[in-house]
Amino acid sequence: MTGPRRLPTGGAWVDRDRPLALRFDGREIPAFEGDTVASALLGAGIVGGFRSPILGRPRGIVAAGVEEPNAYVEVRAPWFSPILAATTLPVEPGMEVVPRPGVGRLPTEDVPARPSVHTHRHAEAVVIGAGPAGRAAAREAAARGERVILIDEGHRIDDPPADVRCLPRTTATGIYDDGYVVAYERAPAVDRVWHLRARRVVLASGAHERTVAFAGNDRPGVMLAGAARTYLERYGVLCGERAVVFSTNAWGHLAAAALAAAGARVVLLEPAPVDAAGVDLRGVERRAGWLVVGTEGDPALRAVRVRDPEGGEEALEADLLAVSGGFSPVIQLARAIGAGVRYDEARACFVPDGTGPEWLEVVGAAAGEVPPTAPLFRIREGDDADKYVEPQRDQTVADVASAVRRGLRSVEHVKRATYIGTTIDQGRTSGVLTVEIVNELLGLPHGSQAPTNPRPPYTPVPYSALAGLDRGPTLLDPVRTTPMHPAHVARGAVFEDVGQWKRPRFYPKDGEDMDAAVARECLAVRTAAGVLDASTLGKIEVVGPDAADFLDRMYANRMSTLPVGRARYGVMLGLDGMIVDDGVAVRLAEDRFLVTTTTSGAATVLDRFEEWLQTEWPHLRVWCTSVTEQWAVAAVSGPRAREVVAALELSVDLDPDAFPHMAVREATLAGVPARILRVSFTGERSYELHVPARYGLGLWEAVLEAGEPLGLEPYGTEAMHVLRAEKGYIIVGQDTDGTVTAEDVGLGWLVRTDGSDFVGRRSLARPELRRPDRRQLVGLLPEDPEALLPEGAQLVEGPVEPPAHALGWVTSSYRSPTLGRTFALALVEAGRSRIGTALVAPLAGGPVAARVVEPVLYDPEGSRLR
Amino acid sequence: MLLIRCPWCGPRDEVEFRYGGQAGIAYPADPDGLSDEAWADYLFMRDNPKGPFAERWFHAAGCRRWFHALRDTATHRFLATARLDEPLPEAGT
Repeated sequence: MTGPRRLPTGGAWVDRDRPLALRFDGREIPAFEGDTVASALLGAGIVGGFRSPILGRPRGIVAAGVEEPNAYVEVRAPWFSPILAATTLPVEPGMEVVPRPGVGRLPTEDVPARPSVHTHRHAEAVVIGAGPAGRAAAREAAARGERVILIDEGHRIDDPPADVRCLPRTTATGIYDDGYVVAYERAPAVDRVWHLRARRVVLASGAHERTVAFAGNDRPGVMLAGAARTYLERYGVLCGERAVVFSTNAWGHLAAAALAAAGARVVLLEPAPVDAAGVDLRGVERRAGWLVVGTEGDPALRAVRVRDPEGGEEALEADLLAVSGGFSPVIQLARAIGAGVRYDEARACFVPDGTGPEWLEVVGAAAGEVPPTAPLFRIREGDDADKYVEPQRDQTVADVASAVRRGLRSVEHVKRATYIGTTIDQGRTSGVLTVEIVNELLGLPHGSQAPTNPRPPYTPVPYSALAGLDRGPTLLDPVRTTPMHPAHVARGAVFEDVGQWKRPRFYPKDGEDMDAAVARECLAVRTAAGVLDASTLGKIEVVGPDAADFLDRMYANRMSTLPVGRARYGVMLGLDGMIVDDGVAVRLAEDRFLVTTTTSGAATVLDRFEEWLQTEWPHLRVWCTSVTEQWAVAAVSGPRAREVVAALELSVDLDPDAFPHMAVREATLAGVPARILRVSFTGERSYELHVPARYGLGLWEAVLEAGEPLGLEPYGTEAMHVLRAEKGYIIVGQDTDGTVTAEDVGLGWLVRTDGSDFVGRRSLARPELRRPDRRQLVGLLPEDPEALLPEGAQLVEGPVEPPAHALGWVTSSYRSPTLGRTFALALVEAGRSRIGTALVAPLAGGPVAARVVEPVLYDPEGSRLR
Repeated sequence: MLLIRCPWCGPRDEVEFRYGGQAGIAYPADPDGLSDEAWADYLFMRDNPKGPFAERWFHAAGCRRWFHALRDTATHRFLATARLDEPLPEAGT
């Protein structure tokens, strides 16, 4: 079965031996392999079938390409897309579409998106557009032996040049700096995004035909003349048997000739003289000086109201009105990368003015090789409110006139007042029309203002295509797991994302919720022992004869006096004196340090080290190596931690006098090389056991086996947060925010004052950093011991009477099973002087009062660390 | 996306690089000798010309070397790049 408008023969792009069926709005539509949804609909005699997005007016297919303003569909099968132009969408087996005016709708249920891949290529020449000019440019470049990529948005590239990589169904969506072209290919089974880097880009993107703003120009059955010709020649579809062609130029006349040759009765209205030499207009009734002034139909076109040169009007019966108001070079891609335009009076259009990047060349119709035309943008006769300038926004000449009357002279302002050009088709058919109507209304010569500059992408690109293979939680961002990860999974850990790392947040037992699990884990550490997977800690080895000198410059405290085998907590400042990271430095040998950083700061600290070494102190003999992933770390902590560690096969004397707090030993653990750090982030006696990563899982299992009989429990980051906060230990980035100094958080004692320089030192002398009312870290105890202050809550002096001055905010807030109550850390103006006073957090549920206390709430003497 | 010529690796995509601001702002030899104003000037104040601008760039996802570049801020074009031990590129070179 074929549609009533499909001619028995013809149609270079369709394969009549391969019929397909398309479901459109619930109806079965016959189609052939090679059809677009639009050509199948027109072949089936469907005039209309669409509606305008704002007024709901009946609309039909206008164009045969990306400039289509009306015919948009949602694809429901065989894959999903919220909105695509029917004029660019190839029919596939099993395809089901429904009309979707203007704005796409995202599905609420899971739908199959098309698979997508990204491909990167280099070429000497990328040619955009495979018309005659593009093919010639590609052929020339290939003849020079260049690698050439020829892109075209059509389904096929006719007469493909030899030795050229042809990409049909591919749209160059943007041209960027230094010959970088992004293209979107709709291959049969997959979407592909091409990233092309070219030495030279040739833009041969052709020209788009314009309509004319006359009354009733949005009626189904009115289309662009070139589109009518395209449907005839490529798809064997004759869009009307009684056609009126309204043409200002020779290419529009070509459409009239083609329609007549295919058997249509054609009346050609020529509002101004056209040089149509070479166009075979036999069988065409040519009427010079005639205009279209209106259309009739219900709603599809039945007649065209025309006006003769003397002013007499008549109605011509017609089922097709093919309009050609001239051609506009397609130069959006060139304009977006800096090419300018000038007005070409003879062709009534804007053409490239030759400016722009030197690697970009515009050729063919895109460069302005389009037929001359009289400047006809609107017809005076008829109701301006019925002359559509921008069908996709239902904007008419009357709307444009209203904007201009309200004082909007710039086309940029008219665009924003009318939304003309803010459409899916970026105003391809409406842009020049709008700007010239604005120019006319202002009494300015044509070309006085150029159309607004569209940004990439040239046509919509589905997010699914941009996503490529990066779909789902595991591919969007790399997932980093520690060597102990399988053990955490086996134990049913709940994980949290810390940067790219998966860290166990807590290990629930027997249906525990987070609060219960965290309380149990905290108590285990405080009363027996706990073990934390601390492998994600950033670890940098700093090696070389000048390593100690270098670390002195980078840290606010002194590292060069650190004896071999000892560790020191250190704070790193930015040049502005603010804390940027903290961690422990370990001296492994005279010329070898191990520096630990925060989990999230590992990469930036290494960057910092390298920047200073390369740019300021290239004479220092220091080498930095990230070893974060080379070492797995189990931190064993608690009053029984020593007993746990003693049960491991460890070649170290654990006597606290021989191996005190802040000491480090290189040892063997069950025959494996290990580093043991006596550093603590919990306030309890702790042993950080570092082993080569491949032994991490074995270490973890050995610690649990040795420790569980002693009451050891694995604990996660949530318990770690509670334990460290009870001790007033800060987390950089949570209790600091880039405006906080060491003094502000009570770490002023470690900043050295011997006059030797370090990064950030000079800034500490600035008056602003010495103000007594700077925000300082304090503890908060809510008056209601069950009240948990939200982190980020603002703090004021009570009672709350707006406008109240916010003195600071809560940075950390937890329930402490050890203290038997809630507590918080906060940054508060002159906080240390407020200790003992009360502050109020004005919250949505009512004010919560809290007492300001010292930030160290547990074992302030540090006696448990030993 | 810019194509940036790393002095060590040749032309590479912009995504491999990190911007490092104006070049030639050395850490003061004697920070204590500077007034608060002069120190703040060193810390915060940078040129912002339209046209050629000497900058620092870091080939973060490549050789991890810092280098100097002369870039036209109006066109984004890189006019020259140089290793740190080479003379800083100047406008007009």
